[in-house]
Amino acid sequence: MEVIFILIGFSLMIALIFLALFFWAVRSGQYDDSYTPSIRILFDNKSSSEEENKSTSKKKA
Amino acid sequence: MGTTVIMEKAITCYHCGEPCNEDAKRVGEKYFCCDGCQLVFEILQENNLDTYYCLESTPGISFKKKKNSNRFDYLDDSAVIERLVDFRNNGYIAVSFYIPNIHCTSCVWLLENLFKLDSGIINSSVNFLKRELSISLDEQKTTLRSVAELLTSIGYEPELKLEKLDKEKATSPDRRLWLKLGMAGFSFGNIMLFSVPEYLSGFTLSSQGSFHILFGLLNIALSLPVLFFSASDYLKSGWAAVRQGGINLDVPISIGILALFIQSVYEIFTGIGPGYLDSFTGLVFFLLIGRIIQKKTYERLSFDRDYKSYLPISVTTIREDGSERTVSVDKLEKGVRILIRNGELVPADAVMLSETGFVDYSFITGEADPVEMKQGDTVYAGGKLVGPTAELSVVKEVSNSYLTKLWNNAAFDDSSQHLKVSTLADRISPYFTLVVIGIAVVAALMWWPESVEMSLSVFTAVLIIACPCALALSTPFTLGSALNVFSKNGMFIKGTEAIEQLSGITSVVFDKTGTLTEPKRAEILLREGVLSDHELRLVKSACRQSVHPLSQKIADSLDNYGALPVETFEEVVNKGIKATVDGSQIRIGSASFVAESVAGESDVSTGKMANRSGASEVHIVINGEWKGWFKIAGSYRSGVKELLTGFKNRVETYLVSGDNASERSSLSPYFPRDALRFNQTPQQKLEFIKKLQDKGERVVMIGDGLNDAGALQQSDFGIALTDSTSSFTPACDAIMDGAALNRFDTFVDFSQKSMTTIKLSFGLSLMYNIVGLSFAVAGQLTPLLAAILMPLSSISIMIFTTGSTYLTAKRLGLISWK
Repeated sequence: MEVIFILIGFSLMIALIFLALFFWAVRSGQYDDSYTPSIRILFDNKSSSEEENKSTSKKKA
Repeated sequence: MGTTVIMEKAITCYHCGEPCNEDAKRVGEKYFCCDGCQLVFEILQENNLDTYYCLESTPGISFKKKKNSNRFDYLDDSAVIERLVDFRNNGYIAVSFYIPNIHCTSCVWLLENLFKLDSGIINSSVNFLKRELSISLDEQKTTLRSVAELLTSIGYEPELKLEKLDKEKATSPDRRLWLKLGMAGFSFGNIMLFSVPEYLSGFTLSSQGSFHILFGLLNIALSLPVLFFSASDYLKSGWAAVRQGGINLDVPISIGILALFIQSVYEIFTGIGPGYLDSFTGLVFFLLIGRIIQKKTYERLSFDRDYKSYLPISVTTIREDGSERTVSVDKLEKGVRILIRNGELVPADAVMLSETGFVDYSFITGEADPVEMKQGDTVYAGGKLVGPTAELSVVKEVSNSYLTKLWNNAAFDDSSQHLKVSTLADRISPYFTLVVIGIAVVAALMWWPESVEMSLSVFTAVLIIACPCALALSTPFTLGSALNVFSKNGMFIKGTEAIEQLSGITSVVFDKTGTLTEPKRAEILLREGVLSDHELRLVKSACRQSVHPLSQKIADSLDNYGALPVETFEEVVNKGIKATVDGSQIRIGSASFVAESVAGESDVSTGKMANRSGASEVHIVINGEWKGWFKIAGSYRSGVKELLTGFKNRVETYLVSGDNASERSSLSPYFPRDALRFNQTPQQKLEFIKKLQDKGERVVMIGDGLNDAGALQQSDFGIALTDSTSSFTPACDAIMDGAALNRFDTFVDFSQKSMTTIKLSFGLSLMYNIVGLSFAVAGQLTPLLAAILMPLSSISIMIFTTGSTYLTAKRLGLISWK
């Protein structure tokens, strides 16, 4: 049964990691603006694909 | 022929979606309504930014309605930059601009790709709700000024007001609340896990090794941050109230929190039982959820603006050598000559140097019609110039001007601010606390003869179970949902406390100009007479040349008609205009002025039409023939008359207007007798409200302009009416969309019903308390029972209040479910 002590220690540690992640998320401002990111996700990442095209065309040239 | 007309009407600008008229520009397949739109399109296409048009159709901002764009010379001034930016170091600048034009996905996309237009911009990000753009830029490659000019050129002009210079760099206070909630939730969850074995095994766990000691210690360790961090606001506020000799809702909450914690620690250390730490952390967790809901604010609205957010940040000055330069407004000194263009605000009291000009004071004094100013007249700060560019000389600094003096009134002084409104829950708390402590003492005394230990534990059990968490939750959840319902209907209320104020009102005071009437849309009616399309074009062409505000209103109302060449044009001050357009002789103006040119007899020439109902009549004579007249009046908002009629029987209604009494007769049917007051100064408005309050009335003030600012502040519930929420509104308790005014009576109903919901939920929580107390007094309260009863009451209160608020809203027609 003593193994439960270790398991409890592990489970607490994992929980603490998540708490730390939550604190980091709040501190980095993720909870300040909860609306704009929902718009941002709609953008195609066109710029990177364009750059790829340019680089490939340069190679061809 | 007919088909082409329909075709033309269907053409809209590819950039901004405005309908294009005959002078539309064409690029390939695409049409543009003006040069500005075309230019933006070309800039964006050159820089591979045409995704802008793919995300949303016609996302652009129309350049047609744009006034003279601000000039940004002052942004070269290092001192101004220092005060504007959030951060500046080694050529790196971080700055945020308020851009009211941000309105769609495309806007966000374009503004976040600004670096493609200016290589000096390192990063730009948009906060959509705040309409705010944060930019970081490299001063070696670009300047703040050129970024502002770039933004303006693509239609996203940053709005820079005087307040921006003094604004403190605010940090977000909401973050702490989230951290506290996260901490409480973390502890609550883990403590529950550690408590369950104890509940399930009854008291057999203590016989199985040292688990219960470990669990107990872990629980205490987990609950310490909850006590000192998450619950700190309640403890501090409760302690502050007790020290000042009062009791607010936080006092019984703090007593409950402390009783829970101390009793638990005592039980764990003495080994009597597992303690109530799961109930304790759960309680704090639920309370904080309530607080988050209550704190939910409208980020893009500001409820405490003063004149500083109305005045522009800069003004064009004329130096002695005649050159122009823009400077920031707070540097204006007496005697400086300033140049004000059409539509710009006069930032400080000044004397007119140009011959003549019109100043629109509607926002400052409530006067509906622009005032004509002659050379040497004093123009007060806040007036808006209508007509050609004028030169003025500053006579008072901004801080001493007429406009700013209003803010020296006591109503704006924070220290004399009427006592913070006490909420219903706060008013109940003293009785509640005394009753609970009374029950606890009596119960303890009754148990005393039996056993001292038992008597103490009954005492704390009563305090624990009576902790008014349901009481503390019902207000934020009810009013938080009510705020949501209100905002869906165009009324944005400052906070939940304000709704309580709204429910108890007994009289309503209205402003006229801009509140009952619509400011922009004057009602322009052609009375008595018929004009053909060609004649309307003649009138428009002539009126367009004139600087008189009435002429401009007429020209605006004839926007659909094309212009004709104007051959001669003469403006007779205070009378009207004479013009030759496309070969026709035209006179437009007052009855006596046009009568001179009329050949033969008509209503005008016989003087029948002269001076009947004031100045807002414009007569038209074309080629010596009287064609009719335009009536120009402020038009009432739709539904206002029904609202006023309904309100008259329900509460006291009053009208205080800064305008003259010309509309007394049209308004008096809708108000009780003696309720109309005209020609009121801002100070008189404020005193009128005060007088009503002295009579014991609870007053709602509905106004829109700076002249109402004092009255809005003084009233119990001040509503600022606006036609676009991004424009300036004076300090108030609520900002209401002009279109929502006609439903104001439903809003009052809803606020009253919401208060009923709160009272019902108080009854519900009282029932839980009675059940819990009967266990506590009997000495039967176990941690398991508390762990079930407390969350159960909290959650059922949340469901009851939220649900019944939305049901009420639906019944009143404020929301609908699809």
